[in-house]
Amino acid sequence: MAGSKTEWSVGAFILMGFACALVLAFASTNSGERLGGDSYRVTARFTNAGDLKARAPVKIAGVKVGEIESITLDPNFDALVTLRLSQAAGELPADTGAAIFTSGLLGERYIGLSPGGDPEPLKDGDEILLTQPAVVLEQLIGKFLFNADSARAGDASEAAPAR
Amino acid sequence: MRDRLAALGAFGLFLLRILGAIRMTRPQLRDTVRQIHVIGARSVPIIAVGGAFVGLVMTLQGYRTLVTFGAGNALGTMLSLTVFRELGPVLTAILFCGRAGSAMAAELGLMRATDQITSLSMMAIDPVAKVVVPRFLAAVISVPLLTAVFICFSIVAGWIQAEFLLGVDPGYFWASLQSSVDLRQDYGQAFVKASVFGVFCALIATHVGYHARPTPEGTSIATTQSVVYGSLMVLFLDFLLSATLY
Repeated sequence: MAGSKTEWSVGAFILMGFACALVLAFASTNSGERLGGDSYRVTARFTNAGDLKARAPVKIAGVKVGEIESITLDPNFDALVTLRLSQAAGELPADTGAAIFTSGLLGERYIGLSPGGDPEPLKDGDEILLTQPAVVLEQLIGKFLFNADSARAGDASEAAPAR
Repeated sequence: MRDRLAALGAFGLFLLRILGAIRMTRPQLRDTVRQIHVIGARSVPIIAVGGAFVGLVMTLQGYRTLVTFGAGNALGTMLSLTVFRELGPVLTAILFCGRAGSAMAAELGLMRATDQITSLSMMAIDPVAKVVVPRFLAAVISVPLLTAVFICFSIVAGWIQAEFLLGVDPGYFWASLQSSVDLRQDYGQAFVKASVFGVFCALIATHVGYHARPTPEGTSIATTQSVVYGSLMVLFLDFLLSATLY
C-alpha cells in the first residue's frame, strides 16, 4: 500500500476544500436569507423609488417579511415595485401602506409596510395603494431652503405695510 | 511583434493539445491523484497561513479606517467583500504560481533537459498525456479548493481578530458579513475567478516547462517565467473578470 498515504492526503485535501466552500456558502453569504416557503406577489407604485434595489428587504415593524423582486417604470412614469411577501407572515389587510425607508442615515433602502384595518386581506397580484415615496435628501434640503426664503420674504412683506 | 503572436499561438495550441490528450484512463487518473497530493494537498499550509494573515491585516487596517467614520460595525462587509471578490482568488492563484507552478515548470524543464520527454516520445508514449495532463488537471482541480481554504481562513482569522482583539460586536460582524455577500454575485464569482486562474496558472507553468530549452539555464528561465508570467496573467485576468462580471 505505497499509494495509500497519497490517496489519504488527496482525499483529506478535497474534503477540506469542499467543506470550506460549503461552510462559506452557508455561514458567510445571504443564502439563508432567501425566502423559504410559499410567497405571493403584490405591487406598489411610488412617485420616486430612490435608490431602492431589487432583493432589498420588505419589513413590517422591523421584521423582514419579504423582498423586492423587481423595479420597473410604469406608463405614468411612476416606479412600479413588485414585492414578494412570505406567506408565513400571515394575511395583511388590503389597506396596508408601503413606504420607502433608509436604515441608518446612509444605509440601505428598504420598504416598510404598515398594516391597516381592512378585514379584506391583500391577495396575490394586488396593488398597495397607500404609498410614500423615498425621501430625496437634495429635495428635502431644497424645500427647507425655499421655505426659509419664503418665510423671510413673508416677514418682509408683513413688515412693509406696518411701516 | 510576430514572435509575440507566434508565442500566443503556441500557447493556445498547447492548451488544445492538453485537452486532446485527456484520456481519463486509470494510469492517467492515478498520476493526477499523485499530482493533486504534490501540488494541491501540500499547498494547504501556505494557503491557510497566507489566508489567515491576510484576514488579520485586512481586519486591522479596515477597522482603523472604518472607525474614524464611526462605521466599525461594517467591518464584516469590508473584509468579506474584499476577500471574496479580489484577495481570495488572486492571492491564492499567485501563491499557487509561486509554490506549485514553479515546481511544475522546473520539473518539466528538467525532464526536457535530461531528455526524458524525448525518450517518452521515442517509446511512442505521448509525453503530453503522460506528464503534462496529470499536472494540468491537478492544478485545475486544486486552485478552486485552495481558494475556498484561503477565504475560510481569512474570514475566521478576521473574526477572531475583530471579536477578541478589537472588541467588535460579533453579531454585527457576522450580520454585516452575511447580508453583504451575495451567493451568486460574490461567492459564485470567487469560484469562477479561481477556476479561470487555475486553468491559466497550470497552462503557463506546464507550457514554459515543457518548452524549456534543454539546458540547466533553460530550466531556470522556465521556472522564473512560470512565476512571472503566471502572476502577471492572474492580475491581468482578474482585472478583466472584475470589469466584466460585476
